[in-house]
Amino acid sequence: MPDFNPKIVAFVCNWCTYAGADLTGTSRMKYSPQVSIIRFPCTGRIDFMLLLKAFANGADGIIVSGCHPNDCHYSSGNFHARRRWIIFRGLLDFLGIDVRRVQFSWVSAAEGAKWAQLVNDTAENIRQLGPFSGFHKLRGSGVE
Amino acid sequence: MEALQSKARELLAAKTVQLIIGFGQGSGTSRRAVFIREASQAGRLVFDGECRQNLAVYLMKPEVKKLGKAALVTTPAALRTILQLAAENQISDHDVLVLAPSLAGDVVQLATFQAIEALVAALESDLSAAEKEELRKYESFDLAQRRQFWEEQFSRCLKCYACRAACPLCYCSRCTVECNQPQWIPVPAHDLGNLEWNVMRAMHLAGRCVNCGDCSRACPVGIPLHLLNQKLISEVFANFNSRSGTAAKTDNAMSIFKPNDAEDFIR
Repeated sequence: MPDFNPKIVAFVCNWCTYAGADLTGTSRMKYSPQVSIIRFPCTGRIDFMLLLKAFANGADGIIVSGCHPNDCHYSSGNFHARRRWIIFRGLLDFLGIDVRRVQFSWVSAAEGAKWAQLVNDTAENIRQLGPFSGFHKLRGSGVE
Repeated sequence: MEALQSKARELLAAKTVQLIIGFGQGSGTSRRAVFIREASQAGRLVFDGECRQNLAVYLMKPEVKKLGKAALVTTPAALRTILQLAAENQISDHDVLVLAPSLAGDVVQLATFQAIEALVAALESDLSAAEKEELRKYESFDLAQRRQFWEEQFSRCLKCYACRAACPLCYCSRCTVECNQPQWIPVPAHDLGNLEWNVMRAMHLAGRCVNCGDCSRACPVGIPLHLLNQKLISEVFANFNSRSGTAAKTDNAMSIFKPNDAEDFIR
């Protein structure tokens, strides 16, 4: 699918990954423009429902990223988030939703290059998977 | 059955409890919940293999709470529910008296969480062999087949929330479903909202569900909701080595973390 430009939504924490993505920009590194970044106080705040809402609103792929373990601004938000993702991935997979569409990552404020690489790789992976029409069509199924 | 009835009569007459929540005769051979408040009514209680409902669901209902201290006729799942509610700080020790009848006809009275824990410890807390087999069957489907299966199942969902009403651990007085600023779950029953609701229900029960199966039994269109719960029960056990409803004082799997939790999927 050469013409397909995937829509990727990135849910990132304020303290590490958002700052990391900022560093990517201030370092003048170029990366895939397919990503829309949404800033959260902490990965612990990233509810699984938000991920479903992103897919329902047209996202083909999602990046969820925050501070490395032991680096959380609030000490343990990312640890709690990690537990939730483990379970959520299991459930998504059981429901037949391709978990490759959700990329989890730790990107610190110093890892501007890692952020660029992460977005580029995710964009390429999602391009290979194609549009998430199986989920998007659900939205048209009734009165919202 | 006589032992249970006379025990109930005794407890109500002595005013040890104000209410017995038990099983009574339903239509046909079915059994339904009865709420006995007079010793003279204790004869309505029955207990046999048809008694399946998890009566612990009523412990969290405000209209039942205000009737006073209750004695609860329990099945194994109800015992585990009580421990889970205790672990979530929803009930305190001595809040509820347990009457655990056996099919043979005798009845055990348990007044403390410690006594319930001892009884539950003797029971199997893992999924049964048949349940594991059923789960494996669906897990072995390929991704597209699983998607198709659940799409078909959820397409029948009416958003009646009977699964929520029947669940003893869905006790929030204000559910996300009723929240409309923002509207997390659309009100009408359509594919997107049905998926979101069922994902949310399963996720909010992760690490908490005691596998009583009342959600599936309550579902008027027969969606196998227990499969989602059992999937998460097995995930929680595999990843965190934790089982819900086994201890009154314990950390709930999804409320804690371990520094060495799996992160092979995180880049």
